[in-house]
Amino acid sequence: MRGATRARWAVCALSAVLAAAAAGCGGGGGGGTGVVRSSWGDPQNPLEPANTNEVQGGKVLAMIFRGLKRYDPRSGAAENMLAEKIETSDQQNFTITLKDGWTFSNGEKVTSKSFTDAWNYAALVDNKQKNASFFEYVDGYDKVHPASGAATAKTLSGLVVKDDRTFTVKLKTKFSTWPDTLGYTAYAPLPRAFFDDHAAWLKKPVGNGPYAIDSYAKGSAMKLTKWDGYPGDDKAKNSGVELRVYTDNNTAYTDLQAGNLDLVDDIPSAQLKNVKNDLGDRYINQPAGIIQTLAFPMYDANWSKSGMEKVRRGLSMAINRDQITDQIYQKTRTPATDWTSPALGEKGGYKAGLCGDACTFDAASAKKLIQEGGGLPGGRITLTSNVDTGSHRVWMDAVCNSINNALGNDNACIVNPVGTFADFRNQISEQRLSNPFRSGWQMDYPLIQNFLQPLYYTDASSNYGKFSDPQFDKLVDEANAESSQGAANAKFQDAERILAREMPAIPLWYQNGSAGYSDRVSDVTLNPFSVPVYEQIKVG
Amino acid sequence: MGKYVIRRIGQMVIVLFGATLILFACLFVLPGDPVGSLGGDKARDPAVIQQLRERYGLDKPLVEQYGTYVSNLVQGDLGEDYTQRREVTEVLSPKLGNTAKLAVAAIVIDVVLGILAGLIAALFRYSFWDVLVTLLTTMAIGFPSFVIGMILQSQFAVNLGWFPLISDGSFNSLIMPAFTLAIIDAALVARLMRGTMLEVLRADYVKTAIAKGLPRRTVLLKHVMRNSIIPVVTYIGISFGGLLGGALITEAIFNWDGIGFALVTAIQQQNNPIIVGVVTYGVAVFVLLNLLVDLLYAVLDPRIRLS
Repeated sequence: MRGATRARWAVCALSAVLAAAAAGCGGGGGGGTGVVRSSWGDPQNPLEPANTNEVQGGKVLAMIFRGLKRYDPRSGAAENMLAEKIETSDQQNFTITLKDGWTFSNGEKVTSKSFTDAWNYAALVDNKQKNASFFEYVDGYDKVHPASGAATAKTLSGLVVKDDRTFTVKLKTKFSTWPDTLGYTAYAPLPRAFFDDHAAWLKKPVGNGPYAIDSYAKGSAMKLTKWDGYPGDDKAKNSGVELRVYTDNNTAYTDLQAGNLDLVDDIPSAQLKNVKNDLGDRYINQPAGIIQTLAFPMYDANWSKSGMEKVRRGLSMAINRDQITDQIYQKTRTPATDWTSPALGEKGGYKAGLCGDACTFDAASAKKLIQEGGGLPGGRITLTSNVDTGSHRVWMDAVCNSINNALGNDNACIVNPVGTFADFRNQISEQRLSNPFRSGWQMDYPLIQNFLQPLYYTDASSNYGKFSDPQFDKLVDEANAESSQGAANAKFQDAERILAREMPAIPLWYQNGSAGYSDRVSDVTLNPFSVPVYEQIKVG
Repeated sequence: MGKYVIRRIGQMVIVLFGATLILFACLFVLPGDPVGSLGGDKARDPAVIQQLRERYGLDKPLVEQYGTYVSNLVQGDLGEDYTQRREVTEVLSPKLGNTAKLAVAAIVIDVVLGILAGLIAALFRYSFWDVLVTLLTTMAIGFPSFVIGMILQSQFAVNLGWFPLISDGSFNSLIMPAFTLAIIDAALVARLMRGTMLEVLRADYVKTAIAKGLPRRTVLLKHVMRNSIIPVVTYIGISFGGLLGGALITEAIFNWDGIGFALVTAIQQQNNPIIVGVVTYGVAVFVLLNLLVDLLYAVLDPRIRLS
């Protein structure tokens, strides 16, 4: 059935070429000349910059907003966008100067206040923004976002407006690479309209990016057109983008093949085997800023007592990552060799192989290490994850098989599937698990700091296993106080070497971002967040 | 009749309350915190979770939550959903419209095709047409709807280009999903129609009517059709109720933004206000249609009295 569709589509495409009239095939499907038609899903949250951390909402925000910095779509390096300069002498007090001539698409000037108002809104607990914690490094965060109870201040005391184009930021502690976090959409400036008529703004958000929103029909489509007055140098190379909601990625893929769609960014798993034949080099598959790990409950004495690091390392060596990513994921996952992501690039601090031998499959050494360490607690382990999404059940079975084979014991590893994500989340936060559990991390900004500090620093927000190592903490602190990014990265990489020794979490694989596109468009790339770089896409 | 309707509507209210209460209790005992998991793999900070729990009344006991819900429901307020923070009525109303459009189109095809095919099969029993209907209906019942949907897509959208592959809001894009939904039901209706009609055709009063010399058309329309359509009406009523409750698979294949898909997404996200909203609506529609069918009985068969 699927094969038949494909064959017919090929015939259709061929005859179209012969007739030199692509319009003869496919039919339907609107979209004027020069408009990129792209698959979309309903954003999970209202389209507020500080309240969006998933790809669907991210697509829109990446088109309609530009922040102080922007991550180069290829290298991931943070480069000045609206910022003319960001200066500091002590890694803690920063002076930010804006470039002149930037406006929102409604004509309002982008000033220092556009930023400080937006950041104060994001940080204030009453506004319930998902990414509020990004602002925890700014002085005064505890007042606007206390751990419990009501806010005692409305604005961050660390933000001070000097004039229309200058403002200062005081951080709680030294954080040298902080300016490089500012490319994330949570730090985008907001026009007055956002605050004055919030409901209307949400219906049709207005920003300062290369596109402006034309129309937004929730649940079906959003039309964006190139903003001709856009002052940046990354102007759109197409005349607009039409985002169409697809409830099923199979349908989107069929529509792409039928010529009714130009870009899908989620290839259905059933099609992974065919996608290379179907699309050839119009298929993108590259590491995204997402890593899956198996975290150990270090709050449990069975796992944290001395000698257990050998068991933890041994378990990591017992997992045949290459085989699992090949056979289960058709190479849409890349075996992990550290705790960050290749999406960071060298500048962001990624260095392959920091995990060393411990992440290389070696059944014999694995068995030996686990025995030396005193064996598995209770003679067996269970792996826990929610199994409602992401084929978690399948890879957990495979990992267990791999461990069982390495140890020569069919009962060494069993799977504990949890029906819903909410239940899984609960069990983790209440520390009910006494065995390794899945821990995924999607980066907020392409910096090595974001993969290490929130996850492995003592009592950090997403340190679910409660790993704590004074030496690791010290290296992170030192890294944050370094004045150059290179020196900071080196310290963070040293901190990763401690993770390799202690193995509080087993790196499994980096998740890839994938996309396929029609022959109507060219220059399609994904940025480090796996969001298509729409403004660079050429049509025709 | 008036009294009967009022009593039935009274029953309906009780059914509605019962259904929502059971649903509420089920969602309440589900493990996990619907608000706590909103942040995905990332932990949300406790202060925000606390604020959200208060906002949605999740910190209150079940009885109080239900009480608030019912008093809002009476005022037509279904609450606010957890993820997009929009009014549930605002989220659902366009989807309800889409689902209704699809359901009406499907039921029209269903009735026309089914009754016609059944009629022909019964009147020309054991003829070529009868065998053809039996054969086609067997096939239609045997095919899963996603197969039918995809065959239609590949033939009529990709290959022939007559219809758009997926929904684009036009009337044309309604036809394929409506057919996909209608085909199985139409087959069942055809079989039901054929069976009951054959039975009625053998009945004494039909023989009498024919013996009296009534014209064949009068016999068929007044006596045979009217009597054999009652079970079909029941079936169509139930099936229409089901269609109005959304059709997940067909909606997914044709990218139809309806209720079925909204419900599945809401369940995955534990977006309780949407779940309760959809189910409340589904129950109401079902009960209403049942009432309608019962009223239709009385119209079709004067012997049935509603009292």
